[in-house]
Amino acid sequence: MEDVKPQLLKVTIDGIEVEVEPGTTILQAARKIGPEVAPPAMCYYQPLKGSGGKCRACLVRVAAGSAKDPRPMPKLVASCLTAVQDGMVVENTTNPQVVDARNGIVEFLLLNHPLDCPVCDQAGECDLQNFAFDHGKVTTRYEEDRRTFEKHDLGPYVQLHMTRCILCYRCVFTADQITNKRVHGVLGRGDAAEIGTYIEKAIDNDFSGNVIDVCPVGALTDKTYRFKSRVWFSKPVDAHRDCPTCSGKVTLWERGEEVIRVTARKNEWNEVTEFICNTCRFEKKKTSDWVIEGPTKISRSSVISANKYRGDTIKPSFGQRLAAAEYKPIHDERDTSQLQIQQLPPERFAKVLPSALDPEP
Amino acid sequence: MATKILTEHINVPGIETFDVYRKQGGYTAVEKALKTMTPEAIVEEVKKSGVRGRGGAGFPMGMKWSFLAKPEGVPRYLVCNADESEPGTFKDHYLMKTIPHLLIEGMIISSFALGANKSFIYVRGELMYVIHILEKAIAEAKAKGFLGKNILGTGYDLELVVQPGGGAYICGEETALLESLEGKRGNPRNKPPFPAVKGLYQCPTVVNNVESIATTSWIVNNGGDAYAAIGIGRSTGTKLISASGHINKPGVYEIELGVPVEDFIFADEWCGGIRPGHKFKALVAGGSSVPILPANLALTLANGDKRLMSYESLSDGGFATGTMLGSGGFIVFDETSCIVRNTWNFSRFYHHESCGQCSPCREGTGWMEKVLHRIEYGHGHQQDIDLLVDVSKKIEGNTICPLGDAAAWPVASAIRHFRDEFQWHIDHPAEATQPGAVYRGDMALV
Ligand SMILES: Cc1cc2nc3c(=O)[nH]c(=O)nc-3n(C[C@H](O)[C@H](O)[C@H](O)COP(=O)(O)O)c2cc1C
Ligand code: SF4
Ligand code: SF4
Ligand code: FES
Repeated sequence: MEDVKPQLLKVTIDGIEVEVEPGTTILQAARKIGPEVAPPAMCYYQPLKGSGGKCRACLVRVAAGSAKDPRPMPKLVASCLTAVQDGMVVENTTNPQVVDARNGIVEFLLLNHPLDCPVCDQAGECDLQNFAFDHGKVTTRYEEDRRTFEKHDLGPYVQLHMTRCILCYRCVFTADQITNKRVHGVLGRGDAAEIGTYIEKAIDNDFSGNVIDVCPVGALTDKTYRFKSRVWFSKPVDAHRDCPTCSGKVTLWERGEEVIRVTARKNEWNEVTEFICNTCRFEKKKTSDWVIEGPTKISRSSVISANKYRGDTIKPSFGQRLAAAEYKPIHDERDTSQLQIQQLPPERFAKVLPSALDPEP
Repeated sequence: MATKILTEHINVPGIETFDVYRKQGGYTAVEKALKTMTPEAIVEEVKKSGVRGRGGAGFPMGMKWSFLAKPEGVPRYLVCNADESEPGTFKDHYLMKTIPHLLIEGMIISSFALGANKSFIYVRGELMYVIHILEKAIAEAKAKGFLGKNILGTGYDLELVVQPGGGAYICGEETALLESLEGKRGNPRNKPPFPAVKGLYQCPTVVNNVESIATTSWIVNNGGDAYAAIGIGRSTGTKLISASGHINKPGVYEIELGVPVEDFIFADEWCGGIRPGHKFKALVAGGSSVPILPANLALTLANGDKRLMSYESLSDGGFATGTMLGSGGFIVFDETSCIVRNTWNFSRFYHHESCGQCSPCREGTGWMEKVLHRIEYGHGHQQDIDLLVDVSKKIEGNTICPLGDAAAWPVASAIRHFRDEFQWHIDHPAEATQPGAVYRGDMALV
């Protein structure tokens, strides 16, 4: 019998055409094209079955359903769950309604998420930080009380600080699908909903540490590492060991010669490629425990690249020029007429602007 | 005398018992359906009747039934949605407690038509006494051979299960209801897949409202065409309206669709007019989630015609000048009602009931409620009104389930039609916070 190849489906996202296999979602198709058109995803996590659909960050407009039925879809759809049809036309960053909805989602997520990146352990690796950078506003229109929580003690390894949780359910799916026993879940309803164990209880099983890696924000953190260092001061290195429980393939985060943290390896979408066991994560923190493979590939735009460990990291001059190009006066309602603020003359902007967006300095 | 389909025998003493119900012609439709009709023929009659789902969305019931997937060797389910938690809506409750056998008869016919051998009635958990009434009625029907194995010797088996709900409004949304029925947290599912393909226990399922299912006995007895002859246009048949608020005769009324809204409010047959000495100010026509209308728009269309009690007429003009029939929760406000306070109260409900799964609804409903609260209590700012409109827009259409829309519409419509009341609250905080304070500016009263 002949090998029948599945017929590929053509989909156009922001004017770029790509061919994908049947069953591919819009988000996956967009990721195939690249980060420029990939919608942000706070709750979707490819390795976790059933994830997605909740945060609504990935909403896109389907301008044409398929070649057969080219009608647009009436509402924005969650790209992480919507399967591609042949001839589908999707508008992502090119559609003002989509951008507006995303600006709204960021605003909603930040209503009850403190902007305490300077003291949060996730700073530099936070999906919400990136999302807010792309779609957020400098000011907030929210002036009501924000919800806060006491810290929950989940045992020796994992720390939950609910104040930062955005209820993406990723940790719940992880505990359901990766570990053999889930002891935590979502309690309560609406904006009173919280991740919890009902009766304060330790999360304790071989794979429980993975909930830390999947948390897009700093709600679940590693007790053996938190506040030891900022992530950009450490050097990620791929390493492995012979582990009877998991693949043993990890990323070691080193400061000098010291291993300060061990995590699973993540792909460019910040998703774990293979989940690791607690022994590898929490108990093997000597370089001699590992076979070192080499430096972890890190995106040039990541803050982690901002350290000096790699040759092709962003040069500070580029960052400065980018900042100058994107310069907006910070909205400040105080009377600033008395302050002596020296504005850059417009000619100086003009000089910086044209080349500033060119990534190669 | 207008046609009564559901409430014809409702005042007969003892109608809640099998024997009295049977004497009034009850269960003849089950006999006719199971003994003389094929399931396809019943679906055909329901399609012909044009009856639309009475749970709120108004989707044609026959069409929903014909979407049911029928894979080999997989059970199918019928689930009756008796959660009924929308403020202002209390018709299903009334029907179930007064004439429980009407629902059970409908469940048998519908289950047979859909090929379901196990069906569920998911009743709002607070209505424990209704659950007991239904269970008693089911036991009676079973004892008489209308439920259980080999019903009336036709070879058809049906088990009917009454399930108390989780005590959450969101469990009325059909997929959250299915999750709850499966013993899980009542979070709505992402769609597709729709329940018709993957519903209860991942099997094809139809979810219908109590009133929708209760119409099937009449349709089987009298034929779909006879049903379609009642009502107006695509709004066929009769509808139960639960009328409340500042009217002389609150209650549940069965009307033929197409009655003018004005007659429904003012005629003695129905609401009997606004309470003495007061005037009609505003109307919520279909349960608290539908857009509120000021009196003039409630009674007339934008073109000057009378507005009728039908799906089409109520939604005429879109949300700019129209609303929805929804579940038939008809709430009338007179001039003593403060729209700001009322909107805040509705908002409080949706905030409390959001399941919290998706970010726009989880965060947005709370935000709207808190801003409305502030305005009502004299702490509003000028920019709050536009803020509310904007937040409601950012929720609407962007959520997993329609609760987000349900929370957004009352706020958006109240500001659309009664903006000056919000403004008055902001401009006169001291007066607005007096007990019973109501804006008395240019209200269009009737
Ligand atoms: C938040 C929410 C609550 C709902 N509550 C109910 C309810 O209590 N009863 C009901 O019949 N339908 C309710 N619905 C509508 C159901 O999802 C569904 O459309 C209906 O049960 C279908 O029945 P029908 O086709 O007979 O109208 C609700 C919908 C939403 C979004
Ligand atoms: S704790 Fe983290 S992973 Fe879990 S739901 Fe909250 S944000 Fe998501
Ligand atoms: S819209 Fe609200 S109720 Fe519906 S799924 Fe989202 S959070 Fe839950
Ligand atoms: S990533 Fe699609 S809704 Fe969250």
